[in-house]
Amino acid sequence: MPLDVKPDLKREFDVVGTRPLRPDGIDKVTGRARFGADATAPGMLVGRILRSPHAHARIRGIDTSKAEQLAGVKAIITRDDLPDHSNGDRATYDILYNCMAREKALYEGHAVAAVAAVSAAVARQALKLIEVDYEVLPHVTDVDAAMKPDAPVIHDDIFTEGVEPKPDKPSNVARRSEFGHGDVEAGFREADVVISRSYKTEATHQGYIEPHACLASVSPDGSGELWVCTQGHFMIRNVSSQVLGMEISRLRVTASEIGGGFGGKTHVWMEPIALALSRKANRPVKVVMSRDEVFKATGPTSSTSIDVKIGAKKDGTIVAAEAILRYQGGAFIGSWADLGAMTAFACYDLRNVRTVGYDVIVNRPKTAAYRAPSAPMAAFAVESTVDELAHKLGLEPIDFRIRNAAREGTRSSYGPTYGPIGIGATLSAAKNHPHMSAPLGNNQGRGMACGFWFNFGGQTCTSLNINLDGTIALSVGTPDIGGSRASMCLMAAEELGIPYEKVRCVVADTSSLGYNDVTDGSRVTFSSGMATILAARDAIKKLCGRAAQMWGISEEAVIWEKGYAKPAGPNAGEFPPLSLKEIAAAAATTGGPIAGHHEFNADGAGVSFATHIVDVEVDRETGATRILRYTVLQDAGKAVHPAYVEGQFQGGAAQGIGWALNEEYVYGEDGRLQNAGFLDYRIPVCSDLPMIDTVILEIPNPKHPYGVRGVGETSIVPPLAAIANAVSNAVGVRMTHIPMSPPRILKALEGRS
Amino acid sequence: MPAVHVTTTVNGDRLDYVCESDETLLDCLRDRLGLTGAKEGCGTGDCGACSIILDGRLVCSCLVLGVEAENREIETVEGLAEGDNLHPLQRKFLEHAALQCGICTPGILMAAKALLDRNPSPTEEEIRFGLAGNLCRCTGYDKIVRAVQDAAKELQGA
Repeated sequence: MPLDVKPDLKREFDVVGTRPLRPDGIDKVTGRARFGADATAPGMLVGRILRSPHAHARIRGIDTSKAEQLAGVKAIITRDDLPDHSNGDRATYDILYNCMAREKALYEGHAVAAVAAVSAAVARQALKLIEVDYEVLPHVTDVDAAMKPDAPVIHDDIFTEGVEPKPDKPSNVARRSEFGHGDVEAGFREADVVISRSYKTEATHQGYIEPHACLASVSPDGSGELWVCTQGHFMIRNVSSQVLGMEISRLRVTASEIGGGFGGKTHVWMEPIALALSRKANRPVKVVMSRDEVFKATGPTSSTSIDVKIGAKKDGTIVAAEAILRYQGGAFIGSWADLGAMTAFACYDLRNVRTVGYDVIVNRPKTAAYRAPSAPMAAFAVESTVDELAHKLGLEPIDFRIRNAAREGTRSSYGPTYGPIGIGATLSAAKNHPHMSAPLGNNQGRGMACGFWFNFGGQTCTSLNINLDGTIALSVGTPDIGGSRASMCLMAAEELGIPYEKVRCVVADTSSLGYNDVTDGSRVTFSSGMATILAARDAIKKLCGRAAQMWGISEEAVIWEKGYAKPAGPNAGEFPPLSLKEIAAAAATTGGPIAGHHEFNADGAGVSFATHIVDVEVDRETGATRILRYTVLQDAGKAVHPAYVEGQFQGGAAQGIGWALNEEYVYGEDGRLQNAGFLDYRIPVCSDLPMIDTVILEIPNPKHPYGVRGVGETSIVPPLAAIANAVSNAVGVRMTHIPMSPPRILKALEGRS
Repeated sequence: MPAVHVTTTVNGDRLDYVCESDETLLDCLRDRLGLTGAKEGCGTGDCGACSIILDGRLVCSCLVLGVEAENREIETVEGLAEGDNLHPLQRKFLEHAALQCGICTPGILMAAKALLDRNPSPTEEEIRFGLAGNLCRCTGYDKIVRAVQDAAKELQGA
C-alpha cells in the first residue's frame, strides 16, 4: 500500500507547534539522568587505553609482561587479541584498525593496547608498564603537503579512486569526486567580472561536553551487553559484532542519555575495546575517555584548502562557478570532500557549475561527522567569494544573492531538481529584517551568508503501545540528543487526538525494537517522527476495529476523530463516541493488546536552507573580534516544538562562531596536537556571545505528513562565511583563513598597512 | 597509599566515605557516594560540568581533593530541589528549554545558584560572566541566560 504522507496544508494542529516541557526534563535538572559514565555494574573493572605518542610509527613489538604481573590487572589486550573478521571489507577493517593500531600507529593518540584493572590507579600504572617498540616514520598533517608527490605515503595500498586510468602509484589522495553541469569555461568567457580566491580552514572538534563512555559486559557464552553514549546504538551493535566476530543477536546495546554528539558520536571508537576487555576478564568493564583522549583520538573535522572562482555579468547574473576542494580525513579513507563539493553552490541557480573534491589522508585522527559535515568550509569559501563579487559589481550582497538564488525547479549544482525550497524565503525575510538596516559604529562590520544541507531519512522502526488506562508507551530507536522525545510525544498525541502528557517516549535498546539508523543527518524529527505518525495511524486502524467489534458494526463504518471512535455516518448506526481510554480498557475482551508499528526506509527528507546576519566589532590593537548581534533565519518545514527548533538554530550558530573565530587544532612540527584541552582549544563561553535571534520559516516538506524538514545541521553552515564577511567589512581586508583568531587578524591588518 | 576516612556534609546530610589521598572530590561524590549529578567533562577545571558549592563558594569538584572535604558543607545538584518542589532555576530551565543534551545542566544550575546567592538581580552581562566558567555546547547560552533572568525575577518577587 503506498503511504499517504503528503502534508495537509490546511491542517490546524492541536499540540504540534506548542512548547510543552520535555518528558526527560526533570531527570536532567535534578542530576538523575544517567549518562554514559554514570552506570555501574557488579564487579565492574576500570578500562584504560594506551595511545601512541607518535604521529606515524611502525609497531615492532608490544611487551605486556610487566603489566600483567601487576596486582589488580585483570586483562590486557593488544592487536593480537583482535583478529581480523572483516572478510576483506575495507571499511570494517579500517574501524578495527582505528580502534586498535595494527602494523603501524597512524596518528598521535592511536590506541595500541588496553588494560582492565580493579581501579583507575592500577590501570594507569599498568599502562606505564607496557613497553611498545616503535620505529618512528616520517609524518604529514597538512592537507596540501599530503598531496605533494614527495609526501610520506601513509597507506601503500591506496590508489586514488575516481581517476581514469587508475594511478599506478599509491598516494594520500584517496578519492576524487566531481559534480556540476553546463560548460564552465564558456560561462567564464561570458563573464564581465571574475573573482578567484584560495581559502583555508583549520580542523575543529565537535566539543561535546560528555567524553565517550561505555560499560561492557561479555559472558563466556558469547553474549554481551553494552551501555554507551552514542547517537546510534544499533550501529554500535552491528559494527562491534562485526569487528569482534559476534552474532548480532548476542549483543544488546542500550543508549545512555547522551551529553552532546553533533555527529561525533555516530562512530565506533572504543566500544569493541571495552567488549574485548570484558570478554577476556569475564567481568564488566567501564571505559571513559579523558578530554585529552577525546581531542586526540576522536572527532575532528577536516581541515581544508579550497579554491573558488565565480564569474558574473554586470547585471549581477552569475554565469559560471567552480570550486576545487581538498579535505583531509585523518589517517583513514572516509572524509567527505564530496559533501563539500555537492553543497558548495547548492544555494544558487547556476547554468554552468563544476566542483571537484579530493579526500586526502594525513597523520591525524580519523575525521568524524560534525553537523552538516564538510558543508561549512565549502560555504565559507563560496559565500566569501559571492560577497566579494557583489561588492565588485556594486550590488548589495543580499540583492546579488536574491538574484541568483535557487528556487523550485532549479537544477541543483549536485544533480537533483529542487521541489519547494526555502532559500528565497530566508533571503527575503533577511532583507526585511530590522537587523539588516541597523546602524553600525567604528570598527564594526556586518556580514551575511547562506547555507544548505541535504537532510536525511533512513531506516527507522517505531512501536506505539496502548496501555490499559489509555496512555501511550512509545518506543523509538533514535537516541534523543536535543529534545526529540518531546517532539515524538507531540506527534503521537496530535495523531491520536489525546493530550501530550498521555504519551511517554523511550529510546528502546537494540533487543527491544527493529533496526534504526543513527541519529544523524537531521533525520530524527523527520524519520522517527513520520514513523511515529504512521504507527499511530496503524494503532488508530486497530482502535477503530475494536470499536466496531464493541458496537457490532463493520470496521469500515468507524472513523477516528480527536481521540474518539465514531460511527462514520447515520447509516453506520447510532452509538455514542468511544474514547481511546474506553477502547483500551476493553482490550482484553476484544482481542488483546492494541499496538501500532511502523518500519521503513524514510525517503524525502526535505532540503534545508538558512540565511544568517551577523554584526562584529574588531579590536585593531589586539585583533580580537566580538559578536555584537546575530540573527538566524531558517526554513523548518514545520516546527514541531518551536523552542527546540530555536535551540538548534542558536546552537549551530554558536558552534559556527567558535569555528570562525577561535577553534583550531594546532599541530607541532612533531605531528603532535598542541592544544588537546578546553583551556587551549577554546569553545565559546557565555560571556563571548550575545543573544542569538531566530526566525523560523515554515515551507512544508511535501514528503512528510506534517511538512517537517530536519533543522539540526543547516545552522552551522553559514556562520563561518557570515562572520568572515563581517570581519572583512569591518577591517577592509578579505579574510581567507578560518579561524580568524587575533594573530591572523593582526597579520591581515599589518599586510594592509 | 593508605586510604583516608572523610566525614563531610552533603546537601545537609552528614556522610562518610573512604578515599585515596589523590582522589578528586568529583570522583568521591560520583564513585564513593553515588551522586553522579556532577559530571566530568575535562578533569582540568575548564568546563564546569563538575561545579558544586563548597562552603558557599562555587568550585570545580575535579580540582578539589576528596580529603579536602573533611568537615565542609557541600551542595550539589541533587540537593537543589526541596522535596518534590523544584528550585525556581530548575523550573525555569525546563520552561525556557534551556537544555538540549543536559550534560552541562547540573553544573550550570549550581553556577547560577551561586551567582544568585551573592547577586540576586544580576544584569545580563553579570549572568554571562557568572556562567563563563561553564561550557555548554548545545544551546548557544541564549535560553540559559533567559532562564536565569526569569528565575532571578521570581526569586526576587518571592
